[in-house]
Amino acid sequence: MTGKVGRRLSRSLLHIVIISICLMWTLPSFGLLANSFRSRRDIVATGWWMALKTPFAFTVENYMDVLTGQSHYGEEKAPDKSRSILGDIITGQGIGRAFLNSLIISIPSTLIPVVIASFAAYALAWMRFPGRDLLLIIVVGLLVVPLQMTLIPILRLYKGLHLAGTFLGVWLAHTAYGLPYAIYLLRNFFKALPQDLFESASLDGASQFVVFYRIVVPLSIPSIASLAIFQFLWVWNDLLVALIYLGGTRDVAPLTMHISSMMSSLGENWHLLPAGAFISMMLPLIIFSILQPYFVRGILAGSLKG
Amino acid sequence: MGSALLFLTVYLIYPILNTAYISFLGRSSKEFAGLGNYWYVFTNTDMLGALKNNLLWLVLFTSITVSLGIAIAVLTDRVRYEAAAKALVFLPMAISFVAASVIWRFMFEFRPAGMDQIGLMNALLSNLLGFKPVAWLVNTRVNNFALIGVGIWVWTGFSTVILSAGLKGIPVEILEAARIDGASEWRIFWRIILPMMRTTILVVATTMVIIVLKVFDIVYVMTNGNLGTEVIANRMYKEMFNYHHFGRASAIAIILLLAVIPVIVFNIRRFRAQEAAQ
Repeated sequence: MTGKVGRRLSRSLLHIVIISICLMWTLPSFGLLANSFRSRRDIVATGWWMALKTPFAFTVENYMDVLTGQSHYGEEKAPDKSRSILGDIITGQGIGRAFLNSLIISIPSTLIPVVIASFAAYALAWMRFPGRDLLLIIVVGLLVVPLQMTLIPILRLYKGLHLAGTFLGVWLAHTAYGLPYAIYLLRNFFKALPQDLFESASLDGASQFVVFYRIVVPLSIPSIASLAIFQFLWVWNDLLVALIYLGGTRDVAPLTMHISSMMSSLGENWHLLPAGAFISMMLPLIIFSILQPYFVRGILAGSLKG
Repeated sequence: MGSALLFLTVYLIYPILNTAYISFLGRSSKEFAGLGNYWYVFTNTDMLGALKNNLLWLVLFTSITVSLGIAIAVLTDRVRYEAAAKALVFLPMAISFVAASVIWRFMFEFRPAGMDQIGLMNALLSNLLGFKPVAWLVNTRVNNFALIGVGIWVWTGFSTVILSAGLKGIPVEILEAARIDGASEWRIFWRIILPMMRTTILVVATTMVIIVLKVFDIVYVMTNGNLGTEVIANRMYKEMFNYHHFGRASAIAIILLLAVIPVIVFNIRRFRAQEAAQ
């Protein structure tokens, strides 16, 4: 009754604990996925687990409806020549438009700060100029300043400049909010490059820009990629910045805003929520599953090393 | 570099000073209000409720994400499917709080006793365990815990990843030596692993504190702070957009800033120490 049995028992217990944790972390999302393919009637009548029973009755109508903002339920679809489904997705009142807006917001809001932060991080890591250390301290200090601090003054500024409710305003705001972390992260990465690299380059008479462009950037592609993923996901998933600077207009609302307004208008669109939420999760999940190592790398470098 | 400086100044440094100034002015920033807004923040019942809830978030969210992170890191370290298990826990980090809120809205869905439960939580509770179903988001005794639970579900993966990396940083020889000396796994965990991970734990905990202070999306989307679930950041949003009282909203923001100042000092110190060590 010693060693072996006890060991085996505790091994099984270990597996049980780990597997139940995994279930707790995946079942909720899986349930949402299952629900998104069930009919409106089924979603409100029974739990998603009933969908696993035969006969399977799955439908993509929720996706059609939520994308186009039109209802494809019930009545047989009268062919309407004047509109196509694709047209509804892009221009309609559905989530297709919001998806597009999310892309329009996220791509520049990722590229601009990554470029600016690369230059700044290089300067802070390898150039000598007065006030450099102070600047670094300021960047580190700004890392955790709550965004809320900036909302009112910036919103007022935007109203004066007519930037409120525009994509440009959101791009610039996301750029600024992302910069402290981006600069900090990239500086850590750049600083870790071997010093001889820079010495030999400057002996050869290369200018700072050439060193940056020809040596630092190519060597740091993985680091820059991990920052870009981080920033992209952050912007894609953001609700607060969009709410404040874009206001309530539908034409410019990203997915997060669209879904949160679907959620507060209780009742009629309840059955579309799973499909809508899943559409908003698709891109992050794809990026995440392909590029997870970069993502993890970004998190570790930003928090552990320093 | 210049553009970076411009962005940081216009979007972060100037607003901090401006917000501090506005917090001493009245509703529309036209008249001086002295400490009136701060008086409001610390006496209004809604505000006090928000402060109390943030404290609850702070204690529960931070302690549970950190300890679960440690537990998952240590446990998965012993199995072959470690990477897969950690990836599954980490997955919610990729999605938005809004999407997570939709997921959990369905998990928490409530139907009166006797009806078919369509939310998994209540189905387990009533069909499997035989308890009465609970209105998770409405019942004021549990709704804060339900919201905090969603936050924990999203952020535990983050703490697991960092803590797991910290765990791997402990030299294997030390652990082996302790095992040869006959120390139990339990003892090794408390006497070696935990003390050696102290810095990592501290880093994760401060990150969690920052997240908790700013928590907004989950509350805004799931309950909008109603039924006793208000938090500071959502309250600030309401003061701005529902009541148009910019003085009070700014005072709330300043409270948030004051709350993170210890973390800022801690970060700068740690940064300096690391720079000096290089």
